[in-house]
Amino acid sequence: MSTSITGRSAVDELPGPDGRSPLAGDRAGTGRLGDRLFGGAATASGLLVIALVTLVGVFLVAQAIPALQANQANFLTSREWATAGTSPRFGIVDLLWATVVTSVIAMAIAVPLGVAIALFITQYAPTWLSRPAAATIDLLAAVPSIVFGFWGLTIAGQYFEPVAGVIDAALGWIPFFAESEGGPSAKSTLAFAGVILAIMVLPIVTAISREVFAQVPTAHKEGALALGATQWEMIRTAVLPFGKPGVISAAMLGLGRALGETLAVTILLSALNDGAPFSSSIFNGGATFASKIALGIQEANTATSTGALIAAGLVLFVLTFVVNAIARVVIERRKAFSE
Amino acid sequence: MAKRIDVKDLDIYYGDFKAVEGVTMTVEPRSVTAFIGPSGCGKSTVLRTLNRMHEVIPGGRVHGSVMLDDQDLYASSMDPVAVRRTVGMVFQRPNPFPTMSIRDNVAAGLKLNGIKKKSTLDDVVEKSLRGANLWTEVKDRLDKPGAGLSGGQQQRLCIARAIAVNPQVLLMDEPCSALDPISTLAIEDLINDLKSEYTIVIVTHNMQQAARVSDQTAFFNLKATGEPGRLVEVGDTPRIFSNPTEKATEDYISGRFG
Repeated sequence: MSTSITGRSAVDELPGPDGRSPLAGDRAGTGRLGDRLFGGAATASGLLVIALVTLVGVFLVAQAIPALQANQANFLTSREWATAGTSPRFGIVDLLWATVVTSVIAMAIAVPLGVAIALFITQYAPTWLSRPAAATIDLLAAVPSIVFGFWGLTIAGQYFEPVAGVIDAALGWIPFFAESEGGPSAKSTLAFAGVILAIMVLPIVTAISREVFAQVPTAHKEGALALGATQWEMIRTAVLPFGKPGVISAAMLGLGRALGETLAVTILLSALNDGAPFSSSIFNGGATFASKIALGIQEANTATSTGALIAAGLVLFVLTFVVNAIARVVIERRKAFSE
Repeated sequence: MAKRIDVKDLDIYYGDFKAVEGVTMTVEPRSVTAFIGPSGCGKSTVLRTLNRMHEVIPGGRVHGSVMLDDQDLYASSMDPVAVRRTVGMVFQRPNPFPTMSIRDNVAAGLKLNGIKKKSTLDDVVEKSLRGANLWTEVKDRLDKPGAGLSGGQQQRLCIARAIAVNPQVLLMDEPCSALDPISTLAIEDLINDLKSEYTIVIVTHNMQQAARVSDQTAFFNLKATGEPGRLVEVGDTPRIFSNPTEKATEDYISGRFG
């Protein structure tokens, strides 16, 4: 694992052989041609990344502003999306809701499951099993998202119907879990889109968690065992605290994927009817930022309709950014205890 | 509360590889026994069988018996977790839990035993840190990370952590090899203090240290290259260092090999 979406990786937490952080740049440059060439190339690559992110931001803002100025509704609170004509009205609150709900469901499933799989592979599985198990999980990451969407729609979706029924029967008194009369079929709901996203996010969470759990020093694990810890207590005392920053990184990387995933969500979710009342249920249809843009882009033939979609994309950009910032703060706060 | 250890005909294996053969010895309660010998002769391996940490390594197993007073540590009804709560261990490199404060490090073993009452924990933390000669140095920063202490302090923290659960026996695997001479002296003084309450077994590469701290010394050596390690001789420390029975012991102690 070389990097992560939070800009920190578990590797950063490990002191180098001389006790310095591995990120601390050394001053080994000799000023010779080779050093200068490679140093220059590396610096240029670093600058390029910063430039790209800045340019993407500037592009989104520049394209979005005219449409936002023409918008007759409140962009942040309106549930409408009518971008044709001279007085467009559009807002993102429904998109934000659908995006957040599907991603939260995905994380709620994928993070515990991914951490559990990573613990199994690194702590419990015998050697002959851990490698194939890890490879199988990694293979999941190689499946294109359209396949997951199609599989969900044609095969897995029908099995979600009874699951949804059970959830509704048990927790339906909470509006969030209530199935509504005449609602979309279970496979076209936010809940099922979240489940499919969870499967897509799972290999990311598992792979990174597995890396950090495998790096837990034997000394810490033996320290716990020698105190009379059972295997699970050893995991709780030594493995999980050590791996926590890595798991947070993994979750954020996965969340980034879940927030932005387009194809699978687009073919699964059924659109809401115009003017349908807001429902807080996960057994409802809707559109995420990404699926809205994917569906809308073909019909976006005016500067305003394109700009409106770009503005939506900008919010997704900011959302991802905020999520990463929060993750960073969480990791930094525990930093004194992980060095 | 210290207990006596009786090791009888102990063979230790890693998978099919026999690492140590035929160890028979007795460790008296409230005494310090030092294991000395060249690298790779199995002294740490033997130490780790005394609290069943050896079997944590895949393929690790033993033949023979280890008795703690009248309890057979390798009886099938014996839970290794219970053994490790009775026989504490301090490792070669200080290994405080990096995510925990000084207080939580010391209390870690108690929390595993399900003790949650704050006043009890605070009492034990203070008592253990005093017992490890660390209290005055850390009493004002108990909530700071344990990993922020110096190497010698970290090792004393690990000793405090080990004695907090009230073990009968304390095993130390080269506890000073990663420490400077001043910290080493502090640990050796501590071993002398702890001797009055615990049975202590210490592995050391430093023969002067063995001579300074131990009552009894056990010399281990390989029979020959590729052969399993074995216990060459064990006896009162002054006798082993002045008048060993075996030629190999004398050669090792006088610095002719090892």
